[in-house]
Amino acid sequence: MGINPFETVKEEIDYSPKVGDEVKFSTCYMCACRCGIKVHMKDGKPRYIEGNPDHPVNKGVLCAKGSSGIMHWNAPGKLTKPLLRVGERGSGEFKEIEWDEAMKTAAEWLCETRRKDPGKLAFFTGRDQSQSLTGWWASRYGTHNFAAHGGFCSVNMAAGGLYTLGGAFWEFGDPDFDRTKYFMMLGVADDHDSNPIKIGLGKMKTRGDCKFVAVNPSRNGYGAIADEWVGIRPGTDGLFIFAIIHELLRAEKVDFPSLARYTNAPWLVIDNPGGADHGLFLRNKKGDPLVWDLKKKKAVSAHSKTITPAFAGERKVAGKKVVPSFAHLAERYLSPEYAPDAVAEDCGIPADTIRRIAAELAYAAFEEEVVIDEPWTDAWGNKHDKMIGRPVAIHAMRGISAHSNGFHTCRAIHMLQALLGSVDTPGGWRYKPPYPQPIPPGAKPTPPHFSPLTPMSGPPAGFPTDPSHLVVDDDGQPLRIDKAFSWEHPLSLHGMMHMVLRNAATEDPYGIDVLFMFMANMAWNSSMNIGETLGFFTAKNDDGTYKIPKIIYSDAFYSETVPYCDLILPDTTYLERYDCLSVLDRPFSQGHGVADGIRQPVIPLDRDVRTFQTVLLELGAMLDLPGMINEDGTPKYPGGYPDYLVNHERKPGLGPLAGWRGKNGDKFGRGEPNPKQLEKYIENGCFWEDHMPMSKQFFKHANKEYLEYATEMGWIGEPKPIIHQLYNEDLQRFRLAAQGHGDHQPPEEHRERTETYFDPLPMWYKPFEERDLDTDEYPIHALSQRPMHMYHSWGSQNTWLRQITNVNKLHIHKDLGADLGIVDDDWVWIEGRHGRVKGQVKLITGVNKNTVWTWNAMGKRKGAWGLKHDAPEFNQAFLLNHIISDVLKPNKHGHEYSNSDPVTGQAAWYDLRVKITKCADEEFGFTEPMYEAPEGPVSDKDVSEYGKGMQGTPTDGRVDAKEWIGQRHENAGSIPGIKDGYGNTIKGDKS
Amino acid sequence: MTSLPKIAPKKKLGLVIDLDICVGCHACATNCKEWNTGAKSAPLTDLNPHGKDPDGVWFNRIHTFETMNDTGESRTVHFPKSCLHCDDAPCVTVCPTGASYKREEDGIVLVNEDICIGCKLCSWACPYGAREYDETEGVMKKCTLCVDKIYNENLPAESRAPACVSTCPTGARSFGDLNDPDSDVSKLVAARQGYDLMPEQGTKPVNKYLAPRPKQNGVDAAPRSLEYADDNTDAAPLLARWVDKILSA
Repeated sequence: MGINPFETVKEEIDYSPKVGDEVKFSTCYMCACRCGIKVHMKDGKPRYIEGNPDHPVNKGVLCAKGSSGIMHWNAPGKLTKPLLRVGERGSGEFKEIEWDEAMKTAAEWLCETRRKDPGKLAFFTGRDQSQSLTGWWASRYGTHNFAAHGGFCSVNMAAGGLYTLGGAFWEFGDPDFDRTKYFMMLGVADDHDSNPIKIGLGKMKTRGDCKFVAVNPSRNGYGAIADEWVGIRPGTDGLFIFAIIHELLRAEKVDFPSLARYTNAPWLVIDNPGGADHGLFLRNKKGDPLVWDLKKKKAVSAHSKTITPAFAGERKVAGKKVVPSFAHLAERYLSPEYAPDAVAEDCGIPADTIRRIAAELAYAAFEEEVVIDEPWTDAWGNKHDKMIGRPVAIHAMRGISAHSNGFHTCRAIHMLQALLGSVDTPGGWRYKPPYPQPIPPGAKPTPPHFSPLTPMSGPPAGFPTDPSHLVVDDDGQPLRIDKAFSWEHPLSLHGMMHMVLRNAATEDPYGIDVLFMFMANMAWNSSMNIGETLGFFTAKNDDGTYKIPKIIYSDAFYSETVPYCDLILPDTTYLERYDCLSVLDRPFSQGHGVADGIRQPVIPLDRDVRTFQTVLLELGAMLDLPGMINEDGTPKYPGGYPDYLVNHERKPGLGPLAGWRGKNGDKFGRGEPNPKQLEKYIENGCFWEDHMPMSKQFFKHANKEYLEYATEMGWIGEPKPIIHQLYNEDLQRFRLAAQGHGDHQPPEEHRERTETYFDPLPMWYKPFEERDLDTDEYPIHALSQRPMHMYHSWGSQNTWLRQITNVNKLHIHKDLGADLGIVDDDWVWIEGRHGRVKGQVKLITGVNKNTVWTWNAMGKRKGAWGLKHDAPEFNQAFLLNHIISDVLKPNKHGHEYSNSDPVTGQAAWYDLRVKITKCADEEFGFTEPMYEAPEGPVSDKDVSEYGKGMQGTPTDGRVDAKEWIGQRHENAGSIPGIKDGYGNTIKGDKS
Repeated sequence: MTSLPKIAPKKKLGLVIDLDICVGCHACATNCKEWNTGAKSAPLTDLNPHGKDPDGVWFNRIHTFETMNDTGESRTVHFPKSCLHCDDAPCVTVCPTGASYKREEDGIVLVNEDICIGCKLCSWACPYGAREYDETEGVMKKCTLCVDKIYNENLPAESRAPACVSTCPTGARSFGDLNDPDSDVSKLVAARQGYDLMPEQGTKPVNKYLAPRPKQNGVDAAPRSLEYADDNTDAAPLLARWVDKILSA
């Protein structure tokens, strides 16, 4: 054999390049998940971002978004300098200005308004993770017109949970993935709690002793790996849940002992039709609700140490006819209208399937108990030697909450979790501290004062429990610009940002002076009915001035909203600033303990932008806002946001960060400010966690040890049990008002609506668009959702992620496609009641046959985000928002309500109904409507070679490769010989 | 034209991908991209990154599609795909310069970019479409199994795994020596009956896929429906039963 030169080739491999110059820990913000990250920096640039293995949220893993953080920072649409509008709104004609001028201008505008009436400032924030600061700033400024974006995001779920369990799916609790035997996920395809859910699903399925049911009109994302996909018709989840409850009740398969102790099921409800106390709980002189004790044969306080309550039967107590609330509950859901056979057609689910799922839920809950050998003491002092769990866990999200019947459906799902006795039990659904909270939490919305230069006496938002808590005038008319906390949407806990532009531009209820927004794309994918909304930005008075006189906006990127605003305060990206993930805000705690964290600047700033929160504090000082200046008038937080994070105290000893408090950093929860607090966080990987002992980890709503700890931490006022409110008396109080009782009654035009929707028990009704529309004309449901690799990822049009997806198709069931004569890649008009949008089709089978769906926020407006004008996001991708109504058809009083849930004001963007027709041939190939491009930045890049020259310095070293087993612990449990541990770390192996 | 190792590699490092729990999130793809764009094959060039038809070099891509079985039951599958580091790698034997090679020591298939002439024969030969041509640099690139990460003494132990593996949120990816029957990955493959992708191509891929587990059609022991406490279809009899009954004991 001759010599073959190709066998002699030997490449020198550098096995151990030094990856970067340093590694900096921080917290991701590519979505709302708040994972710990390690950023390898090289020559001042990020080289590699990986998950922090010690972090409680992500335990080392990192999703597609987090792994693309480099391209977020490196995005073409980054703002670089403050901008002042010089052309018409929408034109994108700005001049760059210096920060001095920008701050002076903003302060002048804000000061002028504050001198007249602070309430004429509307301050609304989008994907804000600093609401405890922004809300506090608003109240110090003196405006009641503040909210974040929860009104078009999640409020139905938050309100539904907080008014039922004192916690909620989505943000305030998690499934116990380690122990559950039956996991039901409703209305979730992609995710909020991104990595924890993925980690959990992987664990649960690898363990192999659990069934996973996905209830969702579409079978993408998580639904694809579910054991069973239930392709429900949108907006009918409430019926599905009621039918399950119907089955459980008929079989007496509810957890009566748990209902007796932890819920208000046995509380006695007054039966006095027409009376002012009808439907309220009967209480003793101390105010305790009463139950009928079957052993004592009399009514006793529901708070007694032991009770043996009746669950049904009318009795007379203190001269009043009363029945246990459970009797009302049972009577409603045992009604034949909620039998599986009765709801099957509406839901699009066979009755046998519903019956089987009910049987499976009952089996998992009652026949497959999970027991943890851990003694604990309940809130009444009774000792328990074990923690007994009913291993059914539920998770629900947007698909449930973004309907106009969402609040009640969310309540129904939380109620099911309680009926099965699996709230905060092993294998069930677990609260994340500081939840559970009292039901509902105590704060009430603060009404406006109309006084110049005066702060508010309390927070703008709160939890009404009585009509007197509404923010309305003497005639019952709205006092907030978004009409939140009014009779139109009384429990709009998160405000109604989606109505601000319409209301302000039409001066209904009044005009405002300044609109100040942060990180919310209200001129595009965060609004419903975009065309008209753009008109609200640009609406003018007869004298040529804008109806909304001044708009200030802060964002890191040139979004579609930027050209519609007057003064742009450019923000930093998450890799360039200090930030805080506070327990005062949205917790990233886990079921086993509270956690909070920070971001630190990882990359030096290379442009003239400033952290929004620092800007806000500086503006506060310029405006002399109380709490933001010292007595001598100097700024209280001259060091900006990091200074505030360390030194601000909301109450003595309570600040934004709970860890390393006290002068020496040896306290947590409460303690005086610690000047070295941020350093301690950074040393610990930018997070703090208090991993609780097992004895506090479950039954937190009624666990003495936990409740005392929560009181000490300042999360709850007193260590009293938090009793689940299946029957909600607060809702009944609003209903009674509508029925003519009390001093605070709804105006006539809202009376019937209030009476109807303030039902103390979860109810179901047709979503409003379905109720009001000719459903033969618009027979199809249309939904949009974000792909997993973009969910909640603030649209920098990430160079890597946009290669994965840059156009969205309309997914249509192949049978529906056949009916409509539509084939793959056809272009179709998707027509709603006030407009149409054009997109391209993909036929699939994993979708409910009456439903079409597409990726949300893929379609972008030419001129934004720094993309080139030929980008598919501008030309082929489309948004359903164009055709989602922001208001409903007027009611019989001529009143035009927001297209939102009548209780909470949650935007009902999943209620959309459409018809679909194939486009003419000449209409193929491009989307419509397409708007003119503003003068935004446009990338001139043809090639990106990020990473070139970033290879680490060669070193000689090399260590042995170690094998890595995904879900090692769970695999070790089921496959003989696989070693226990995590990834490539073997338990007990010190090497 | 290039030879495979004369002696079969002692170790066959490779990936095991569990299709039962892959949710198609693309984390493995982008984490791979960010590691490798600054690693041995740097950069993983992106063409037209901000305009029409953006297209870059990716070592790992995820395909999501629907399948239908004989009974008409359909399923959505998320399928990650990268180089399978085949024993009989046609991309190696087809290489006219020796640039494409399989390592004796661990079986990793690599490209020596210094002598790659960019002829693309390897990408034609690879039945899996796992090769990525960098137009700007004129060379072929591919999955390196993170050869500069898995052995890297400058990284903490828990980072020493291919980027796609250490980042996978669901734990759907495993890594190890598939030539060692006693390795944990081999046990995992054996227990789950891991399979070769397109074995008929004769490439003997090292990477294995784990098929989705059979769907549970119900909790096996659970009844198909509940037994009613009362046959009546309205609430009255049940409510009457409960009036004096101690249910909470």
